[in-house]
Amino acid sequence: MDISRRDIFTVGGKLLILASVGATLRQITGAEPPSDAYRMADHWWGMIVDIDKCIGCGSCVRACSKENNVPQGYFRTWVERYQIGDQIKEVRQPHVESPNGAIDGFPPLAPTDGKSFYVPKLCNHCADSPCVQVCPVGATFVSPDGVVLVDQTYCLGCRYCVQACPYGCRYLHPETQTVDKCTLCYHRITKGLTTACCENCPTGARLLVDFKNPKDPVHEILRTNMVQVLKPYMATGAKVYYEHLDGAVR
Amino acid sequence: MIPGVDGFMYPNEVELQWSVLIVLYPYITGLVAGAFILASLERVFKVEAVRPTYRLALLTALAFLLVAPLPLQLHLGHPERSMEMYLTPHTSSAMAMFGFVYLWYLMVVLLLEIWLEYRTEIVGLAQSTTGLKRWIYRVLTLGSYNVSPAARLMDDKVGYAVTVIGVPSAFLLHGYVGFIFGSVKANPWWSTPLMPVVFLFSAMVSGIAAVMVLYVVCMKLRKTPIDMRCLDTIARYLFYTFVIDFTLEMLDLVHRTYESDESFRSLDFMVHTRLLFSHVILQIFLGTLVPLFLLAANQLWRYSAAKRKAMYMTAGVLTLVGIFAMRWNVVIGGQLFSKSFLGYTSYKMQLGEREGLVAAILLMLLPLVVFFVLVKLLPPWQGGKTHQA
Repeated sequence: MDISRRDIFTVGGKLLILASVGATLRQITGAEPPSDAYRMADHWWGMIVDIDKCIGCGSCVRACSKENNVPQGYFRTWVERYQIGDQIKEVRQPHVESPNGAIDGFPPLAPTDGKSFYVPKLCNHCADSPCVQVCPVGATFVSPDGVVLVDQTYCLGCRYCVQACPYGCRYLHPETQTVDKCTLCYHRITKGLTTACCENCPTGARLLVDFKNPKDPVHEILRTNMVQVLKPYMATGAKVYYEHLDGAVR
Repeated sequence: MIPGVDGFMYPNEVELQWSVLIVLYPYITGLVAGAFILASLERVFKVEAVRPTYRLALLTALAFLLVAPLPLQLHLGHPERSMEMYLTPHTSSAMAMFGFVYLWYLMVVLLLEIWLEYRTEIVGLAQSTTGLKRWIYRVLTLGSYNVSPAARLMDDKVGYAVTVIGVPSAFLLHGYVGFIFGSVKANPWWSTPLMPVVFLFSAMVSGIAAVMVLYVVCMKLRKTPIDMRCLDTIARYLFYTFVIDFTLEMLDLVHRTYESDESFRSLDFMVHTRLLFSHVILQIFLGTLVPLFLLAANQLWRYSAAKRKAMYMTAGVLTLVGIFAMRWNVVIGGQLFSKSFLGYTSYKMQLGEREGLVAAILLMLLPLVVFFVLVKLLPPWQGGKTHQA
């Protein structure tokens, strides 16, 4: 059968119209975009945590635990409460607590002469991650969109990465016997949603950010605020930035 | 308040990840490296006095090397995936190289050297024994029955070359184990460039002590007189390596104390509390100062043979305990404090679990069983021959 140039334009044009109608229908119905709509190379994920906004309610810990089926006694995210007295009068360590990861919040605070604040913690999704470096089989890796993940079908359970993480963010899952950690809710963020912890934070203390998105508020925040990462001397390229972070926080 | 925890630990830190089995791993590989270095004293450095222990040292190294991967294997969450370390190693991981260093050392160095050393006798036994033994020795000949003087000279030359390669390989094997710990920047108790060197010298100390003790025990069991010149020489080398090892460890301690960085308060607290027994009493006092004193006394004064034997044995056994305590303090001690430096956890060893006390004891006895079998198969006692190369 001979196919003329005219036939190609005719059929091609019809297909183009059908495809655009299909696309419009998806937008109208709100159906999920196809999985290949998410391009990893277009994103570089991280998080901004505003210490001043955190009220230590533990909603983020509960949300994370439910969303990700985190085993009891282990934490992909947790909240710490720091109490610091007058460090000039007396050199002393801050008093820190995180009862059961603050999954049920904190008990009321007795009046003190110092300051107290809450510090939400999670995997820092480091760009130069020591956990990735030490994994003997490459089961833990940084995805092209900047999320540190663990391949559960490949992990040996040697726990070298747990030792290498300076922030205590990893644990051995008691059932799978593989290492588990925060995935930045990868199953959600690749569908255009935010993380469970960010979504459930009542004060907006946590904000999922995409450094590659020029319209993301992260650029404004980094430009106009004093921010810090945890343990900067570890040079891990941490991508969880803290606003109003006290120097005592470790 | 979590039981066993003082102060603040990150919530995932409360449970220790590396158990007593990971204590055994550097301990056993250290014994391998040390025993091999002792063997090389005779072969490469021509210390003729230690010849009676040459073969014994090689068999000790092999017995422990064969068992070395077992504690790691038992520790893994998924032991069935361990082959992935060979098939798809992650090149930036210090741990990924273990398989290759291990195989190199086992196949290229130790097995080859032992085979070359015993080849003439294996051929003789393959021809003189009967039944199952005959078959075993025939397999061990690997089909080579040529034991002409020229062939034996070649064995000797190749054996020498293998030992020369073996010395840096033994250094690599254990220095590398030290690097696994020393390169963890998140952990100040481990993270020091001295770690591979300290591991290496403590390995030599433990390996030499192990062969010395095994030699005396074997001679007692066989009711054979002990070669005191040999024992004195081993004890002298044990003393020398011990002095270097102790100096390095003290250098580390003085350096940490003088620098007093942010982790010092934590580490200092641990040494005075949770690690007081294992670090100060077992490792430093009983495991280092007492044996060093016993060995030094023998360098300064002359004692009767019976007294020397007793002193060497006491020093040897205490050294083995002390080096085990050192491994314990590194592996377990490094996990007892929080990386926040604000709290401490504790280690409760399980009993009958996969990573419990019983498994650890069995794993420490297993090399002795393997050693017994090896000694039966390849008797080290007639090995009085002189190496030409």
